[in-house]
Amino acid sequence: MNSTISINNLSKSYGDVSALKEINLNIKSGELFGLIGPDGAGKTTLFRLLATLLLPDSGSAALCGFDMVKKYRHIRNILGYMPGKFSLYQDLTVLENLNFFATVFNTRIEDNMDMIRDIWVQIEPFKDRPAGKLSGGMKQKLALCCALIHQPKILLLDEPTTGVDAVSRSEFWQMLKGLKTKGITIVVATPYMDEANLCGRVALMQSGEILSLDSPSGIIASFEKDLYSFEAKDTYQLLLNLRAYPFVNSVFLFGQSVHYTDVRDVVVLSDLKDYLKSKGQDHVEIKQIAAGIEDCFMALSQQNTVQK
Amino acid sequence: MNSDKKVISVRNLTKKFGSFTANDDLSFDVYQGEIFGFLGANGAGKTTAMKILCGLSYPTSGEIMVAGLDVYKQREELKRNIGYMSQKFSLYEDLTVFENIRFYAGIYGMSLKDIKLKSDDLLKKLDLVHARNKRIGELPLGWKQKLAFSVAIFHNPEIVFLDEPTGGVDPVTRRQFWDLIYEASRNGITVFVTTHYMDEAEYCNRVSIMVDGRIEALDTPEGLKNKFEAKDMDEVFLRLARKSNYKE
Repeated sequence: MNSTISINNLSKSYGDVSALKEINLNIKSGELFGLIGPDGAGKTTLFRLLATLLLPDSGSAALCGFDMVKKYRHIRNILGYMPGKFSLYQDLTVLENLNFFATVFNTRIEDNMDMIRDIWVQIEPFKDRPAGKLSGGMKQKLALCCALIHQPKILLLDEPTTGVDAVSRSEFWQMLKGLKTKGITIVVATPYMDEANLCGRVALMQSGEILSLDSPSGIIASFEKDLYSFEAKDTYQLLLNLRAYPFVNSVFLFGQSVHYTDVRDVVVLSDLKDYLKSKGQDHVEIKQIAAGIEDCFMALSQQNTVQK
Repeated sequence: MNSDKKVISVRNLTKKFGSFTANDDLSFDVYQGEIFGFLGANGAGKTTAMKILCGLSYPTSGEIMVAGLDVYKQREELKRNIGYMSQKFSLYEDLTVFENIRFYAGIYGMSLKDIKLKSDDLLKKLDLVHARNKRIGELPLGWKQKLAFSVAIFHNPEIVFLDEPTGGVDPVTRRQFWDLIYEASRNGITVFVTTHYMDEAEYCNRVSIMVDGRIEALDTPEGLKNKFEAKDMDEVFLRLARKSNYKE
């Protein structure tokens, strides 16, 4: 099957800073694809290139077969883009904003209601309110409606859930699931590692590079080490003690537990228990656990740093 | 570590904007050296309460003491005894690392000699000696955030208020940031922190969750998980915050 988005050796620098380093990526039709990474990973630069708002330094990309540079006008008709920063007209009302975007794309709200109905009904009660006076969650819903009003084939969402509380975040992902059933290819960027599990496939990104590209379960399966979770009364002391252990490979806080990997292939847990006891930590609970996306991201990003 | 000395004491705090009640009869205490997580959905009233605790806004009613000082009558003194950092604004991008430290420490009345001595130690600790004369704008976000936190506690305040300090920061740096928080807490500084990362809520000694201007739950993360029979704080938060009646 042909890729809806195909990216080849795409690079972009700003002065001395290389924001994207020879990225290769193919995204299939109907995928819900996640770009997962912290600030500075290159997510926004990649979106701006795909949205034909920036020119690459080298490399190429095609969306639905249209070349990003040569056929940018075609791409703009089939693409919906929601930037990270709220970019609607604050002094126009909710309805005026939606009307404006429909008109720009030479269409009408009525003709596209099927596409946006589920989201629109949630903001319709405020349709006469200036967009600038909406709450964060409502602004986001309006921005999504405006990005969808011309029935795009591809939807790019740049950090739609950043700074949004856990409730609105989970509602937003529900909306994306609904859109996926309409056959739109969705690419969503997020710094929240836990949101990776809601995507079909993800690219873990850092400093302009893709660290790993797979399904969330595939990424988790590639975690090489045995991972152990430690719990004790004083979590911070536990962290300091484990960090000082001679055979430590990695040790990270995870909620009220500490995740630990060892440099040795075979880990004798009783040795670790004795060690912690000698440091005054008697009641430590240790269990082997499956890695999560965040464990994988940190392991990959550290490997990547060491290699340099 | 935690003591029984109260550094924040809030009794019946109410704040109204016209007919809208942003904070509805809040009462809670925070103890010295405690890491206190202040959670709530967008619009729940966290920022309003935080502004009052920092002496930036008057409550409509209630008795509130911060660092032993009254938020109605001793606001200027109060401000000298607290530190503040947010993700949105902390350091001046076009000043250098040292200029930022000197600026903030100077505002809090530290002598230039003390500032120089202490900043050398700090830069060593953060591994930023080479960046002393670099502009903040040139530093990666993770370094900026760690430096911003250190600057916020540079004058050794009793309490530091952190408003979503780790947004957008990579997971390794986020944990390094929490290392600094734990260290400050061990040195007796009380940490009052808001976050949208629910795993970070579990790093706190106690957590309060606000819904529609009221504190709906306040306990240790363990206590909250037991009470709501939830596997993690995310679940606790979703259960409570979904009860919200907040309408536009």
